[in-house]
Amino acid sequence: MTGHDHIHDHHHGNGHEHRHAAPASPMAERVKSLEALLVAKKLVDPDSLNALIDTYEHKVGPRNGAKVVARAWVDPAYKERLMRGATAAIAEFGFTGRQGEDMVVVENTPAVHNMVVCTLCSCYPWPVLGLPPVWYKSAPYRSRAVMDPRGVLREFGTFIGDDVEVRVWDSTAELRYLVLPERPAGTEGFSEERLAEMVTRDSMIGVTRVKAPESAP
Amino acid sequence: MNGAHDMGGMHGMGPIDTDPDDPLFHAEWEKRAFAITLALGFHGRWNIDTSRHARENRHPVDYLSSSYYELWLKGVERLAVDSGMISPEELVTGKPADVATTPPPDPARVAAILAKGASAKLDADVPARFQAGARVRALDITTSGHTRVPRYCRGRIGTIDRDHGVYVFPDTHAHGLGKKPQHCYSVRFNGRDLWGNAAPGNDAIYVDLWDDYLEAAP
Repeated sequence: MTGHDHIHDHHHGNGHEHRHAAPASPMAERVKSLEALLVAKKLVDPDSLNALIDTYEHKVGPRNGAKVVARAWVDPAYKERLMRGATAAIAEFGFTGRQGEDMVVVENTPAVHNMVVCTLCSCYPWPVLGLPPVWYKSAPYRSRAVMDPRGVLREFGTFIGDDVEVRVWDSTAELRYLVLPERPAGTEGFSEERLAEMVTRDSMIGVTRVKAPESAP
Repeated sequence: MNGAHDMGGMHGMGPIDTDPDDPLFHAEWEKRAFAITLALGFHGRWNIDTSRHARENRHPVDYLSSSYYELWLKGVERLAVDSGMISPEELVTGKPADVATTPPPDPARVAAILAKGASAKLDADVPARFQAGARVRALDITTSGHTRVPRYCRGRIGTIDRDHGVYVFPDTHAHGLGKKPQHCYSVRFNGRDLWGNAAPGNDAIYVDLWDDYLEAAP
């Protein structure tokens, strides 16, 4: 958590209090009570709840998106399919379904930097990135990403030159956006698997870049 | 509705917690609230627009002082009651008055349900009102109901970047008034047309907007 103080030395507690507003035990009790009621009424099966949580905690996450990005970096024909019809190209990996039914991929280049937000709620491409991080759903990000994208990017340690166009995608409808980050220099000859390991969640939201490796192999 | 959820362009919300290792859930109850919302939704008694509206349609103080999964919990409580799946009395007492006649899906089917999803894209033959490159104005829509036009772009002029095809229209769908199939476009706004001349000249904000939100601009 560096790089905040020079920008917002006032209000430092604001977003943090919000995100740590738990585990208020009244809320835990309220959820427990609702779950017990729904199970007793046979409206919800507790095994389904466990399966849902397991899916998004352990099975579906940004490693999926990283595989898509790495493939696009090494395979021009795949990248062409991905840019032309993202949903089908992503489905080649078996990544489909809820909150990724209709996908769009936007490509970062030396001239254009893309980033994604949902100012109205928390829309996010689950099949490729899993559930959104807390900051993505938070008021500080949602309020400023569209108004001051370069300032937001600086908070993530990402500095964009004045000559580079910044494109912010506010996913207000049912399209879900994935950023194709730039492949870092110095990765020539890397395997697809090794490239995928370098790709971070935040680079696919577009708030950071994929970092070049510390040293050549 | 002009609610507290429509945050684009608000000041004073503080810094972003950019820690990449911050966990997705901060308490066990958050996981349960998340899963309950999805599992109850499997019954098909409401749609995604209804559920968004249920989370958003509350007092701004309540919205802004609730954590994310608190809003999900309050939303699913409201949806369960409004749809008649549970009674207000059952919600308060936690005691079931009866047992549901329609069983929930088999837990073994959950993975398949998630992998299938539910696209809002419609295979409907509806003409597009605009083509890529057309100049459009986002209508200055003020409604107490559900809408997906962010306040920050209302009345502003942009350019159609691409036509995504025909989609369910959330403003009607959220209120049980049908899907009203129509084209949804990505509309490109220049940052200066939204935030004034102090904004960089090469910032662009793309907003996905439906035909009913747009008019031709000179």
